[in-house]
Amino acid sequence: MFTIQINNRNIQAKAGETILQVLKREGIKVPTLCHLEDLFPTGACRMCVVEVEGMDGLIPSCAFPVSKDMKILTHSPKALQARKTIIELLLANHPDDCLFCVRNGNCDLQSLSEEFGIRQRRYSGVKDNYNIDSSSPSIIRDPAKCILCGKCVRICEEIQGVSAIDFINRGSEATIGPAFNEGLNVSSCIYCGQCINVCPTGALREKSDIKRVLDALNDPDKLVVVQHAPAISVSIGEEFNIKPGKDVMGIMTSALRRIGFDRVFDTSFAADLTIMEEGSELVSRIKNGGKLPMMTSCSPGWIKFVEEFYPEMMDNLSTCKSPQQMMGAVVKSYYAERENLDPKKIFSVSLMPCTAKKFEAERPEMSNNNIPDINAVLTTRELARIIKMRGLDLNDMEPEGPDTPFGERSSAGKLFGVSGGVMEAALRSAHFLITGKEMDDPQITAIRGLDGIKEAHVKIGDLEIGVAAASGLANARNLMEQIKNGRDDIHFIEIMTCPGGCINGGGQPIGKDLDAIKSRMKGLYQIDRDASNRLSHHNEYVNRLYEEFFEAPNSHKAHELLHTHYHKRDVMK
Amino acid sequence: MDTILDTILDKHRNARRDALIPILQEVQEAKGFLSRESVAAIGEILNLPTSKIYGVATFYNQFRFSPLGAQHVQICRGTACHVKGSAAVLDALERELDIEAGQTTRDGQFSLEVVACIGACGLAPVISVNGEFHAGVLPEDVNNIINSYRVDEEVQADAK
Amino acid sequence: MPNKNTNNSMSFLPEDASLEAVLYDKLEIGQQQELSENYSQIRREKVDKPAIFIGTGTCGLGAGAKKTLKKIHTYLDVHNIDADVMEVGCIGLCVEEPIVDVQLPGRPRISFSRIKEDKIDNLLDNVFKNKIDTDQAICQFPPKGLKEWEGVVSIDKHPFFAPQTRWVLANCGIINPASFEEYIAHGGYQALAKTVRRYTPAELCDMVEKSGLRGRGGGGFLTGKKWKFALNTESDQKYFICNADEGDPGAFMDRAVIEGDPHRLLEGLAIAAYGIGATKAYIYIRAEYPLAIERLKEAIIQARGMGLLGDNILDSGFDLDIIIKKGAGAFVCGEETALIHSIEGKRGMPRPRPPFPAVSGLFGKPTIINNVETIANLPALLVNGEEWFSSVGTETSKGTKVFALSGKITNTGLVEVAMGTTLRDIVFKIGGGIPDGNAYKAVQIGGPSGGCIPEQHLDIQIDYESLIKVGAMMGSGGLVVMDERTCMVDVAKFFMDFIQRESCGKCIPCREGTRRMLEILERITKSRKSEEGIDALERFQGIMYLNRLGNVIKDTSLCGLGKTAPNPVLATLHYFRDEYEAHIYERRCPAGVCRDLLTYEIDADKCIGCTLCSKKCPVDAILGNPKTPHFIIADKCIGCGACADVCKFNAVNVN
Repeated sequence: MFTIQINNRNIQAKAGETILQVLKREGIKVPTLCHLEDLFPTGACRMCVVEVEGMDGLIPSCAFPVSKDMKILTHSPKALQARKTIIELLLANHPDDCLFCVRNGNCDLQSLSEEFGIRQRRYSGVKDNYNIDSSSPSIIRDPAKCILCGKCVRICEEIQGVSAIDFINRGSEATIGPAFNEGLNVSSCIYCGQCINVCPTGALREKSDIKRVLDALNDPDKLVVVQHAPAISVSIGEEFNIKPGKDVMGIMTSALRRIGFDRVFDTSFAADLTIMEEGSELVSRIKNGGKLPMMTSCSPGWIKFVEEFYPEMMDNLSTCKSPQQMMGAVVKSYYAERENLDPKKIFSVSLMPCTAKKFEAERPEMSNNNIPDINAVLTTRELARIIKMRGLDLNDMEPEGPDTPFGERSSAGKLFGVSGGVMEAALRSAHFLITGKEMDDPQITAIRGLDGIKEAHVKIGDLEIGVAAASGLANARNLMEQIKNGRDDIHFIEIMTCPGGCINGGGQPIGKDLDAIKSRMKGLYQIDRDASNRLSHHNEYVNRLYEEFFEAPNSHKAHELLHTHYHKRDVMK
Repeated sequence: MDTILDTILDKHRNARRDALIPILQEVQEAKGFLSRESVAAIGEILNLPTSKIYGVATFYNQFRFSPLGAQHVQICRGTACHVKGSAAVLDALERELDIEAGQTTRDGQFSLEVVACIGACGLAPVISVNGEFHAGVLPEDVNNIINSYRVDEEVQADAK
Repeated sequence: MPNKNTNNSMSFLPEDASLEAVLYDKLEIGQQQELSENYSQIRREKVDKPAIFIGTGTCGLGAGAKKTLKKIHTYLDVHNIDADVMEVGCIGLCVEEPIVDVQLPGRPRISFSRIKEDKIDNLLDNVFKNKIDTDQAICQFPPKGLKEWEGVVSIDKHPFFAPQTRWVLANCGIINPASFEEYIAHGGYQALAKTVRRYTPAELCDMVEKSGLRGRGGGGFLTGKKWKFALNTESDQKYFICNADEGDPGAFMDRAVIEGDPHRLLEGLAIAAYGIGATKAYIYIRAEYPLAIERLKEAIIQARGMGLLGDNILDSGFDLDIIIKKGAGAFVCGEETALIHSIEGKRGMPRPRPPFPAVSGLFGKPTIINNVETIANLPALLVNGEEWFSSVGTETSKGTKVFALSGKITNTGLVEVAMGTTLRDIVFKIGGGIPDGNAYKAVQIGGPSGGCIPEQHLDIQIDYESLIKVGAMMGSGGLVVMDERTCMVDVAKFFMDFIQRESCGKCIPCREGTRRMLEILERITKSRKSEEGIDALERFQGIMYLNRLGNVIKDTSLCGLGKTAPNPVLATLHYFRDEYEAHIYERRCPAGVCRDLLTYEIDADKCIGCTLCSKKCPVDAILGNPKTPHFIIADKCIGCGACADVCKFNAVNVN
């Protein structure tokens, strides 16, 4: 520890810290546009520059280490003028369509412009002609709004291990995009949407399905069914200034009804169903010498990743559809039959913390007799927009319960929202399926938390099963390479595309830091701790579904409706 | 199968990323430009995403993604050449060939490229056609220089 | 090319002597005599048969040297004359290329200017008869007892050469760059031998630091001091990189040094690598320099064959591999971290420092980067000692500096002067002043990072500090002279255009700021008729903020390119404000360069109605019937100047 001086106050700092880290700890805010927590600083945006005594020019605090007796001025006139000028430069040829922008009111560039009191266009620049890339089912790129902070490039490369996009060209002609400036649809993009979450402007956004959903709601011939993913109820509140991690499931249900959804179901029910199918599949693979390790198939970005980069391992993927698709399938089969509804007249909406789910719903495999399992997917952000559009506020509503039969869930199904949760739920049920007994303690701490790769060896009866859970596909890639290189002590692998799982999905509220992610995770663990039923195989309605419709897990009918297949994808890798 | 490409890539089977630019240079030298197929094949060898290769290739002036004309005209736009009037020479070239810098004539005969500095500042302004230098070029010289490289259209017509 | 075969290159060694013995001074008396005779022969102090030298550096080739060379061979064949023909590098007087030297037995070597192929017959006919055209002769080499040519100035009295101090360029244009033995005979590799035998790396770093040698490529950091950072960093592998990516438009010093004397660079690089304990060195060289690359490749093969590169150099235990990396064209790769990224196969984007390359550079290992000229200074420095080196120059800047003279100057070419020489001497004495009787306006020094120096500062003594004081910088050494017909706003615009294209695009102030500056300059050089809406307002507004914008770019940019990018604008704005004002307020370009502000008129008295201009006009702005005077419609005219270019009667007036 040594002393440095910040804005004429003495402050303790330690060697190896950057100036920015010290400033954050001391609660001194300097703006950043390119900074990404935990990744190596690139020093690109220059917004965080400060004055350091004895040094020429201004110093980027994100990339500069503190040293003893350093004297720093964070908001000197020179630093402020530089920051203001940088914003003015970015605004010089920015499309002036804030009012029409998806990030209106939630844009870093916009709020910095306000903070710096920019009231005139000091520099005017020639606008660039860029085409909007709307080729993908999930993500829209608008390069005209791009400020080239490079966060999307880094998250895609360093966190997701995909590198679908990179910087193209140089100097004032630099842009970001896939190879050969192609659309995302022919790139290796897995549609996870992590790039959207880090984008400071409206250059990246989800492809909106709001209009299609509203049209369906207004169509008297349609029965509009909605399901909400496990991670939504602990994050949607943030859009209404409710603190991250608070479970607002009841209020949300009430809001959904008021919007006009005819049935409100919980994807966690389908997660319980998934556990029955997937758990049985795992047990069968272990007992019958099937392909191991088995890998989970709930996360559509991950599926596309395997189809692109590891097609030789497609057989390791569980054949189970994701909970979203299972719910879609049972609504339009079992439920339609039971309620005597024409499946063609059911409009099935899913609320997902995810952009890749839009892609998943469009996969040709995800339909039955040419009727898609799911008709539209909305992200958490889109849901918030609809709620606000309808003049509703989650802060002043009474909670309501979900509809039967698919509103019932165990807390195991709810854990699908966090990395390691599918594994935990599966192990609880596999234990029962194999031994006929429940686990002593259903909580498996080794696979909880935000680590990129978590591993455990679990004893189930006489069997010792090696399990691993990875999130962030760069971590998944690491694990895949280990398996390819002959590692054989792992039997079951859970992969979630986004770091930390769906709580940090690409469809979640924008601009949240690590603390928010942690709170969402804690929220889900809290729900599990408090739940009366923590076991998927004890979900009454799941069991009834088998009795009345599927007969047994992995039955012929179950295979027809609840399982799928994969195919190799040739993309620009 | 593309044997030219394969021959080059075979030499780099165990190469690392630092071989990327030399490989791009070799491939372009042999094939005239970088095609999508070439980029994909290079990615395979080096285990690099195509987006990264494209990012690198578009960063540097040297690489192009479409073929050059039979006669490649380069005009130096270094400081010395500029001060000696190379902007007017460039205009004259664009007029003469009826293309802009960076383009190839429709018949594929000529392509025009602006280069930062050839390093022959003592001879400014300089243009080079297929590597052959022309020093002290004036706008009014352009017509003659280009014509001396033109495949005679009448001769061609007669041959047909 | 002669002497390509490495085995033959050893022929100069006395009987029973090894190269090591020669370089370590371990010869017996008889051997010493033999060696000095051999050296004298290789240096052509006397020749038995005629020798013809031709400069085939890039400038020579550009001026037609290849054709001249062919013609020389034909001449010799036809006349059945036995003579040696040598291709040499560039002696620096580019304006006189192709330069052909002839050395006859008994007479000193003499240089002739502008010998295109058609002049060979006449020249050689005469020379072999001991007759010369003194107008064609540039100078002759010091006679040293040989019979002088009458009426021809000696090279050490020649106005271009006499004021120079040629250390780095000592061999350029004199020796055959493809010949290892010529380099050796001119004292080559003695410095390397001395270094590895006598000094530890730490001692070497001390010497180089004491000599006062500063980096010749940009900031001018003390070379020896920089080396010490890497020397003192523990690592299993260290790298030395020679930056030969001469991206500065208007500079060609490095090219000339490599083309003319490649072994000097290799020797210097070996010394430098030894100094920091590197066993691998890279030469990062522009792909646009094919000849230089070829010369380097040959030289590396020769040096390796001689045991001067590779394992256990001169039995000292020092290993060194030199690898050539061709750049792919990006000015920003002159920045150290960008250059490292480029070698690593990445986009050449700079990264924040620390960590400095000396601690964590290429592949994460300690790395030092010096440019060609810095490294080429080392052999002479080591042979003659640090005191000799520091005896030349100014208080803070020691030794010499090579400049590439170009632009509006009589003697375009390459010169090397002692630090402290005045700019006036360089431009007017060595450079021969401004051609065509025009007046000097400014000299642009330091390339896109530098600035313009006007008349009133012509008497500054060139060194790092004095240049910065007047708003310029040493840079790599491009020195572009501008006269009254050069528009300084146009020059500033030229550099901003260059920089905004060459900026890596990473940091906002550089990427966006330089483009905005360019747009501001474009607005003030654009004609009123293409202005619309609030364009005029933006023209005034832009100029108001040019200074402020420039200063923010300087203060906040990530790398040296951005930090110096506004210099050309700030410097011209400072010294040539009146020219800016003429563009902004009066809408005219005093130098007559900014074409948008020019008007074209046809002088009816001179025009004979040949119709050529109206055919050439790209926008059909010229009317007129054949054989009657033509007329330009001002509203349609885009000011391209095509009409003036094609008019054979000087009938198009430009205002």
